[in-house]
Amino acid sequence: MKVTSNDFTSAATSSLKDGEMRRSVNQATTTAYQKRIDLMFEAGHAHGEALRRRAAQAKRRALQRLPELLDQAEAKLTANGAHVLWASDGDEVNRLVLEIISQHAVNSVVKSKSMVSEEVGLNEALEGQGIEVIETDLGEYILQLAGEPPSHIVTPVIHKTLTSIRDLFIEQLNMTPTDDAQEMARFARQVLREKFITADMGITGGNFLIAETGSIGLVTNEGNGRMVTCLPRVHVAIVGIEKIVATLEDYALLTQVLPRSATGQSMPVYTHMYNGPRKAGEADGPDEMYVILVDNGRSAIFNSGYAQILTCIRCGACMNACPVYQSTGGHAYGWVYPGPLGAVLTPLLVGLERARPLPHASSLCGACKQVCPVDIDLPQMLLDLRHDLHHQRAVDPTWKWGMKLWAFGARFPALFGIGGRMARLLTGDRSLKRLPGLLSRWTKYRDFPPFAKQSFRRQWRERRGG
Amino acid sequence: MRDSPKGKRASLFVTCMVDMLYPETGWAVVDILEHLGVAVNFPSKQTCCGQPAFNAGDRDSAKRVAIQFLKAFKDAEVIVTPSGSCAAMVRREYPILFADDPRWCDEAKRAAAITWEFTEYLVWGLGISDLQLRLPERRSFAFHDACHGLRMLGLGAAARTLLKNMGNAVVEELQESDVCCGFGGVFSVKMADVSGAMLARKIRGIQECSAETIVTGDVSCITHMNGGLARTPSPKRVRHIADVLADALPDKSP
Repeated sequence: MKVTSNDFTSAATSSLKDGEMRRSVNQATTTAYQKRIDLMFEAGHAHGEALRRRAAQAKRRALQRLPELLDQAEAKLTANGAHVLWASDGDEVNRLVLEIISQHAVNSVVKSKSMVSEEVGLNEALEGQGIEVIETDLGEYILQLAGEPPSHIVTPVIHKTLTSIRDLFIEQLNMTPTDDAQEMARFARQVLREKFITADMGITGGNFLIAETGSIGLVTNEGNGRMVTCLPRVHVAIVGIEKIVATLEDYALLTQVLPRSATGQSMPVYTHMYNGPRKAGEADGPDEMYVILVDNGRSAIFNSGYAQILTCIRCGACMNACPVYQSTGGHAYGWVYPGPLGAVLTPLLVGLERARPLPHASSLCGACKQVCPVDIDLPQMLLDLRHDLHHQRAVDPTWKWGMKLWAFGARFPALFGIGGRMARLLTGDRSLKRLPGLLSRWTKYRDFPPFAKQSFRRQWRERRGG
Repeated sequence: MRDSPKGKRASLFVTCMVDMLYPETGWAVVDILEHLGVAVNFPSKQTCCGQPAFNAGDRDSAKRVAIQFLKAFKDAEVIVTPSGSCAAMVRREYPILFADDPRWCDEAKRAAAITWEFTEYLVWGLGISDLQLRLPERRSFAFHDACHGLRMLGLGAAARTLLKNMGNAVVEELQESDVCCGFGGVFSVKMADVSGAMLARKIRGIQECSAETIVTGDVSCITHMNGGLARTPSPKRVRHIADVLADALPDKSP
């Protein structure tokens, strides 16, 4: 997927003008935020926080043993009859999938939702070779029809209204006009059912990769994951290497926090484990199963100071809680992962120079860390990335020198005092309605209060001496 | 558990914004502490905690300013500040900022250990949740939870308790009281439009709130919210918790 994250600031400004989109995003995120609180803490606050702590520990333990656990998963999967392939980058993922396609004479592919496949641009690569690819998660299917990228990692159509989806179905699929959401979903299901039955290959992501058993753990709400994996002849699971967990017990724990955090459900409608292809005597399942383990920048993160971001379980709770995301929606972030997660992960995966505004796309309010089911310190990482930006000299000179000048003044109390007095002399005793230069961005939305006639330090000196 | 600040002299870190924009808030803190019998001093070499530079990514500048802070407060027994955000900077970020600096590492840890935000100092430090004061007349308040105090220091309850226990004070709820007002330091200028949208949302909440006055613990958020409110017909304003509490001090009552 093309990276346009350097345009965040202007894209955000345009998004802010889209009232309909903002209403949809706001309503959906605040509902999800509230439902998460209800379900995460249904057995009390202490219980919910303990779940978070244990989930964080499970993912951090797995991360520490990442290379070893990946080897264990590969050995188990291979013993179960699956083929395990390793892809170092996006091009390699696409090449491997195309090889499997030609090996098994595949003409049509059905997919369940996979963010890593968005990362590598899989659909475009397959369609470029004349392969039909159909997204079967309802949200992703809608976006495929609309030709848009997802704007949220769990609810990809969060930015769209029911009316716009209705019009899309009428225009592209000749749906009999209706405003009833259930009716529309039923219609889409019929269309998709055909595709499931006729597809040669199913592609999924994987929410977890369980080392102990060599299983792909997958959670869905629509049942499309099961159709994609069981009906076609070939199943390909594309899984980021950070999805590893050590044991089934850890998987059980994480499938408690994931749906609670993502959609406010105590469990997802479908919780799957895929261990390998259909064995002799079994009724269901694919003839062949491939697991592609994707690096695509992850081992570099593993070896950096940002390794903790690899414990993310992609629940999207940070997006739902983020007042920036709630205001701008996801497209402004300019790549696959929006919100606080994207503000951290995008610069790390595509390069800071291609996502310079993102570490600043946060007021550092900390709501993201508060809701994170694995307690990732996203605000601290944003601060660290800002530090990296500064080191790479990727900072506007006005900012840089403004900050240096201020910091210089702050080293000398007398100078600091004089600065305050000069500000007062220059601006007088009234609120400021218009400031010059960069500061005009402040007065675009707010007044600035008058500087004190006498600073606190002077008043103290006069009243108390010293 | 932190060392109890009871019986120790309180060194006021007034913060750069209170110093230059809201000196009366500094005096409100001094008046309340002295009313409670706490000895207060003001180390005159203080300027700023360095957070603006730290949040902008300029850690060298942040460090220089932070060293000035450490020098100014090197003799302090307890540091009290009317800002959750600046307290969080000293408590949470100084140890990170100076982790690899043997010259200042210990000083930074010491400062972190003795720094208290004003309301938590009263409630959890001194164990005073009731100031035994009464406002001259009945007034209604609602809290906006400033982000850093709420999420980095776990405040929230402290300020509410103080106000709830004050005579003639009615405490109501502000909807979305824990949602950021959009200030975020450099964010408010760098991402001015997004910040402005967040401010508009906060102002809608304030306008719909039944309380006359909104109370919070950080003057930066106050500057942001009042700066926005000034452009609406609403007469409502946001005030610092110390200012509101100081209204009830005996010598201030009419």
